[in-house]
Amino acid sequence: MLLEANGIQKSYDGVKALTSVSLDLRAGEVHALIGENGAGKSTLIKVFTGAVQPDGGEIRLHGDRVDNNNPARAHRLGISAIYQQPALFPHLSVAENIAIATGDEKLWRRVDWPTRVARAEHLLQHIGATISPDALVSSLSMVERQLVEIAKALAVEASVLIMDEPTASLGQQDTRNLFRIVRELRARGKGILYISHRLEELFEIADRVTVLRDGNNVGTRQIREVTPEELIRMMVGRELETLYPKLDVPPGEVALELRGVCCEPFEIRNVNLAIRHGEIVGLAGLVGSGRTQLAEALFGLTPISQGNIYIEGKGVQIRSPRDALQAGLAYVPEDRRHHGVILEMPISSNVTLASLNHFAKHGMLQRRAERSVAQWWKDRLRFNAPSVETLTKNLSGGNQQKVALARWLITQPKILILDEPTQGIDVHAKSEIYHLMGTLAEKGVAILLISSEMSEILTLSDRIAVMAKGEIVSTLGQKDANPDEILRLALGRKVS
Amino acid sequence: MKQQLQTTWPALIALGALYIYLAFAAPGFYSAANLRDIALANAALLLVATGMILVIVLGQIDISVGALFAVCSVTCGTLAKMGLPMILLPLIAVAAGTALGAFNGALVSFVKAPSIVVTLATMVAWREALRLVTNGAWIEGLPTTFQWFGFGQQIGEAIIIILTLLVFGALWWSSRNLSAGRAIYATGSDPEAARLAGIPTDQVAFWVFAVMGALTGIGALLNAVRFSDVPANSGMNLELKAIAAVVVGGTPITGGCGNFLGTLIGVILLGSIGPALIFLGVNPFWEKAIQGGIILTAVLLEAIGTWRGRRAVELA
Repeated sequence: MLLEANGIQKSYDGVKALTSVSLDLRAGEVHALIGENGAGKSTLIKVFTGAVQPDGGEIRLHGDRVDNNNPARAHRLGISAIYQQPALFPHLSVAENIAIATGDEKLWRRVDWPTRVARAEHLLQHIGATISPDALVSSLSMVERQLVEIAKALAVEASVLIMDEPTASLGQQDTRNLFRIVRELRARGKGILYISHRLEELFEIADRVTVLRDGNNVGTRQIREVTPEELIRMMVGRELETLYPKLDVPPGEVALELRGVCCEPFEIRNVNLAIRHGEIVGLAGLVGSGRTQLAEALFGLTPISQGNIYIEGKGVQIRSPRDALQAGLAYVPEDRRHHGVILEMPISSNVTLASLNHFAKHGMLQRRAERSVAQWWKDRLRFNAPSVETLTKNLSGGNQQKVALARWLITQPKILILDEPTQGIDVHAKSEIYHLMGTLAEKGVAILLISSEMSEILTLSDRIAVMAKGEIVSTLGQKDANPDEILRLALGRKVS
Repeated sequence: MKQQLQTTWPALIALGALYIYLAFAAPGFYSAANLRDIALANAALLLVATGMILVIVLGQIDISVGALFAVCSVTCGTLAKMGLPMILLPLIAVAAGTALGAFNGALVSFVKAPSIVVTLATMVAWREALRLVTNGAWIEGLPTTFQWFGFGQQIGEAIIIILTLLVFGALWWSSRNLSAGRAIYATGSDPEAARLAGIPTDQVAFWVFAVMGALTGIGALLNAVRFSDVPANSGMNLELKAIAAVVVGGTPITGGCGNFLGTLIGVILLGSIGPALIFLGVNPFWEKAIQGGIILTAVLLEAIGTWRGRRAVELA
């Protein structure tokens, strides 16, 4: 056995990412690792590459226990990871990037350029890549960069290659090419752990497949013995619906309507969507399908290039977040630590930031009003914090999210866009946020819910729009929606 | 406020130590005349440093303030000599400073050029332009109405000190109590988050540079009226002193936080060293070296603070 993980556990801030995951990788196999977003794939990779320390369990390489793993150690032991976004130095040449990876040149020696270049050339030829060793990495295409990463892994004679969605940004031809090289590596006895969202690919390249769900290994199968439908079922699971009872709110007039919305920089194409007052519309899709980008375009961060946005039937121009705010939109972004809250500010200043005008008379802030409103929201949403003057950076993820929510609820939006509102927060805070969404819908707020969590989308939404490759490929009513269907649409597979 | 005190204590301890030492080693330092001289000599620095707090909170830097100071000083001097009524000069000083600052601000916020490069360019440009125009000659023979605003030395001195403290206090208050102040802190902490919250971050940056210029203009005028002539090279190294005072006062150069009290102490500390050396009978050429040492210590303390903070996060 080349690489083994036994009972790996890992929690972040008390949120379980991996609960006792075991997995083995043989020499000369391509082992696929799949699962929904948040299933624990990334964490498991990070455990292998030493980027995070597991809370429990062990890793064995060639049967020897690997203790105190860290990136440098994993690298020396021959575990190389190739990420979706290659980690290369863009301003250095291919040969230099490879030489840095091997790290066997003496610091104070003169650089032996001919050897460096020859070696890079040799490695690149080996994998059938026609890239000049002298080319700057910044001038290479995405697939070429991935090939350089593979060459790097070969240069250090890695025995384990972890490939994280290597084809996510590749076209068909490049994907073929990559697969040819992966097969060659397999033939040479490398163990390849292959992470992908594209199920068809797995049937083409993988030998075995392991499915992760909610931090558990729900099964490892021979790829020949499973069907795509089975894999989808394994990924999604069946225990849904019970935790969060959906409130039945009769939808009102149309609050937000998009007609033919395009956003060039993000490759968002021809999006048509309408949300009524009191309605929760789920926006499902894989990471990279354009869900967040659509929200950002709507909110004026990257204004739309074509199409029209109507709010309560009136056409509006949204060129900046300010416009969006005035039009009655609110957007709670995905990355709350960077975009949702300002960590260095106390809770009170954070919650009022989007509505400063309401808290200022002739530009003078009414600190008392600010504090009392913050206190009201703190009580209502139950922020777990000593006072409203507590700095936001000292709060847990769930509480930061509540602060971000409060900031936007104070603006009394007509339309609320929530991007992964419960990502990385505990179950308790999750159910609180779900209840809040229900209450808001009852009050007539139109909610667009972006989420990668299938159960969340399915139980909370009145309708579900599925995005793939920048387009809404289908809109399902709550009754017609089921996880298999959504995942199939999101993966871009034809409905069979 | 608690945080502000935490970052203030190193400067406060250094200042306390210096003043206690001086009480024993050179009691003459405590003469009213000397203390007044120190206050007068550093009033302009305090004003410029106050603007610099805002710029640094914004996450930017302005190294052109010395050159701006010189342009404003010479402009005031020249106009006074030409017989412009004294009452108009403060307006001129503020207008000139604001215009020059706004020019920096426009390049930084709308053209999106990095502030260090923009203000490096304007620093050189204004300095050299001034040298061309004046040929390096001082503006001499200023009318008597100009010196001390025509009120005589004592009243003039009082005006300088009171006005400086008033402006300083007003900005300190505003930074905490105006929504504009809040917008500066939000933009400096996290420009993207601020933009998402509907704050016009570009306009915020523009106005901060404009205010920086206005404060430099006021500082230039208050400084110029103390003398009978205006040197063409006034404000030399002012940007360095101002940034140093802010950093020594516990404001991190990375933006998002500002310490007004600390900056006041920083100005007093850096401004006291030169006179202290004279009273202690030490070669005054040591002044720059000691100032450098103080700045280095402040930066080291900040680095240790961040390092500790980061470790605490990692261990948590």
